[in-house]
Amino acid sequence: MAAGCGFYAGYPITPSSEIMEGMAELLPKAGGAFIQMEDEIASISAVIGASWAGAKAMTATSGPGFSLMMEGLGYAVFTETPCVIIDIQRAGPCTGQATRVGSGDIMQSKWGMHGDVEIVALSPWSVQEMYDLTIRAFNLAERLRLPVFLLADEAVGHLHETAEFHDRFETEQRVRGTDGTPFGSAEPGGVPPMPRFGDGANLLVTGSTHDDRGFRRVEEAEAHARLVGRLRRKVLDRRDELVDVERHELDDAEVAVVAYGFTARGALAAVRELRGRGKKVGLLRLRTLWPFPEREVAALDGKVRAVFVPEMNHGQVAGEVRKCFRGELRSYGQTDGEVIGVETMVAELERMV
Amino acid sequence: MPRSLEQYLRPGLKGTTFCPGCGHGILLHAVVRAVHELGLDRRELLFVSGIGCAAWIPSPHILADTLHTLHGRAVAYATGAKLANPKLTVIVVSGDGDLVSIGGNHLIHAARRGLDLTVICANNEIYGMTGGQAGPTTPRGAASATTPGGNPYGPFDLVRLVLGAGAAYVARFPVTQPRPLTDAIKRAIRTPFFSFVEVASPCPTQFGRRNRLEDVGALYDRIRDLSISRDEAFGRSAAELRDRIVVGEWTPEDLLLAGGGRVPGAPAC
Ligand SMILES: Cc1ncc(C[n+]2csc(CCOP(=O)(O)OP(=O)(O)O)c2C)c(N)n1
Ligand code: SF4
Ligand SMILES: [Mg+2]
Repeated sequence: MAAGCGFYAGYPITPSSEIMEGMAELLPKAGGAFIQMEDEIASISAVIGASWAGAKAMTATSGPGFSLMMEGLGYAVFTETPCVIIDIQRAGPCTGQATRVGSGDIMQSKWGMHGDVEIVALSPWSVQEMYDLTIRAFNLAERLRLPVFLLADEAVGHLHETAEFHDRFETEQRVRGTDGTPFGSAEPGGVPPMPRFGDGANLLVTGSTHDDRGFRRVEEAEAHARLVGRLRRKVLDRRDELVDVERHELDDAEVAVVAYGFTARGALAAVRELRGRGKKVGLLRLRTLWPFPEREVAALDGKVRAVFVPEMNHGQVAGEVRKCFRGELRSYGQTDGEVIGVETMVAELERMV
Repeated sequence: MPRSLEQYLRPGLKGTTFCPGCGHGILLHAVVRAVHELGLDRRELLFVSGIGCAAWIPSPHILADTLHTLHGRAVAYATGAKLANPKLTVIVVSGDGDLVSIGGNHLIHAARRGLDLTVICANNEIYGMTGGQAGPTTPRGAASATTPGGNPYGPFDLVRLVLGAGAAYVARFPVTQPRPLTDAIKRAIRTPFFSFVEVASPCPTQFGRRNRLEDVGALYDRIRDLSISRDEAFGRSAAELRDRIVVGEWTPEDLLLAGGGRVPGAPAC
C-alpha cells in the first residue's frame, strides 16, 4: 500500500492468506478495491483487468495457486501489464505440506508459462525485505510494464521480527499517454507508455501476437519475432539495474555459499561460525533471482575454489550457478518441509574448506 | 451497416473475419446499435471477450477500449476492471463454450456478486473456432466433431443457470429477432447489476455442416422455428417444449413465481 497499490484480488491459501486478510481490512479504508475471487485463475485475471483500468494491482498465493495462475501470468507478460505477485512458497509438489516451508517455485516462475518469457523475481530474507522488496516490485512492474514476483518462502512469510515501515523511497508512477502505439517502441528493449481504460485511447489489448497498435498479427513471422524479442530485451538490457546481490566476507574467501531467501540467514550464521574458526568462507546472497545474477556468480570464478548452494529444492538455483561457475560446486537440496539448519550447513561446508 | 453506426467500427478493418452466414455479424450489429441508441460515451465503454469466434465480435471491430483475454476468463478480467474504475460501462461479449464451459465458474460467481456487468453470450451450440466440437450448449443428439454419433448429454439452460446464480436481468433472443434482441441488450446495459443476454447465433460452417443444415437459409429457419415466446410457452408440457428456444426476458421475481429455490438478496454494488 505504501507503494501505491490500489487493487487486490486473491483466493485463500496457506501460507499466504494473511496478506489477503490484511488487504481486505486495510485497502478499502485507503480508497482501494479488494475482492476475493472464486479461484486463483480469476484472481490473476481480475488483477490484470484492474491494472488496465489504471490501478496498481497485486495478488498473493502459494504453490497450487501459483500453478493455476500460469496462463494469466503469460498474458500479463505478453500484454505488458504491470502487476505484483507474491508467492509464499510452501513444500510441494502438489498440495504437499501446506503449512511447511519450501522454495520449489524458482524455476516455475521463469519457465512455468508456455513460450519464452523474461520476468523479474525478487527474494526477501526478512520482514524488512518483505516491505522493501514489495515496494521495489511495484516500482519495477510499473516501470517495465511487467509482472514482478516476490518469491518468499513460508519461513520468511511467517517470521516475527522488528521492521521499519519507512517512507524513504520513491514510488514509480506509470507513464501514460495515447500516442497510438501502446505496444511498440522504437528501442529494441523499449517500454511504451500505457494508457488506461477510459482515457479515450480505444485500446486493443490482446494476448495474441500483435503490432504496435494492438492489431493481431498471428501469421507474420517478423511481427512475432519482434514482439518476443523486445519483451525479452526489456528485461535483459536492464539486468544491471535489476540484479541485486549482497556480499558477505567474500574478499579473501576460498569457498563461497550462494544462497537466497530464509536459507541465506542460516548460511550467514554458518559463515560467521566458520570464520570464527579461521575458515575462509563467504556468502553471496541473491536478492534478485530473475534475471539470474550470472555475472555476479561468474565473478566468483577464479576467486573462490568452490561454491556451496543450499536450497529448499533439489538444485533449482544450483543449476543456474553451474552455468556460470566452472570450479567445484556442491549442491545441497533439502525438501522435508523444514528450513536448512545452521549446523547442517556448517557440516557441509567443513567438508569443503 | 448504416452510416450512423460506422462511427463505432475501428477504422482500417477490411470487413469481419466471420464466415458467410455466421450469426455473430448480426450480433455485432445489434450490440453497436444498442450502444448508439443509448447514447453512451465511447470513452467510458469497455468491451471484454475471451477466445473463440464470438470473442472477435468486439475485438477488433468495435472502436472503444477492448480487452481480448484468455479462453474462459473474460468475466473475471471484467470484474477487476469494473472494480478498479466503477465509471466504466463494462460489456462482455463472448461465446457459449468460452463463457459457460471453461468460464462457467466465473460466470456464476459474477452473477452471484451482482456487480454491474453486462454479459452477452453468442450461443451457436458448438465450438466454432476450434473446428466444431461439442460444448455445454450442444443439444442432445446433435452431431459434432467429438460426438459423431450424436451428443449423449443435454445442454445447459443458460437462462435458468444464470438467473439461479443471482443475475438481476436475463434475456434470450435469436439473431433472427434483431429488434427485441437490441432492446434486450439495451435493458441489460441499463440494469445497474449483473445482467445476461443469451443470443442464438447460428454457425453454418461447423454446426450447420455437421447437422445436415448446409443451406444457411435452413439453419436460420431452424432457429426461427424453434423460437417460442415466454407467453406462448407458458403452460406447455416439457415434452412439447423439448429443444425449443424459449425467448424473452426474466428477472429474479420469476424465480419467486415459479416457487423455486432461494432467491438471492438484492445485489449490492
Ligand atoms: C485454455 C485454452 N483451451 C483451449 C483453447 C482452444 N479454444 C479456442 S476457441 C475455443 C472454443 C470457442 O468456442 P465458443 O466460445 O463457443 O466460441 P465460437 O467459436 O463458437 O464462437 C477453444 C476450445 C484455448 N484457446 N485456450
Ligand atoms: S466457424 Fe462458425 S462461429 Fe466461427 S465464424 Fe464461422 S460460422 Fe461463425
Ligand atoms: Mg460457440
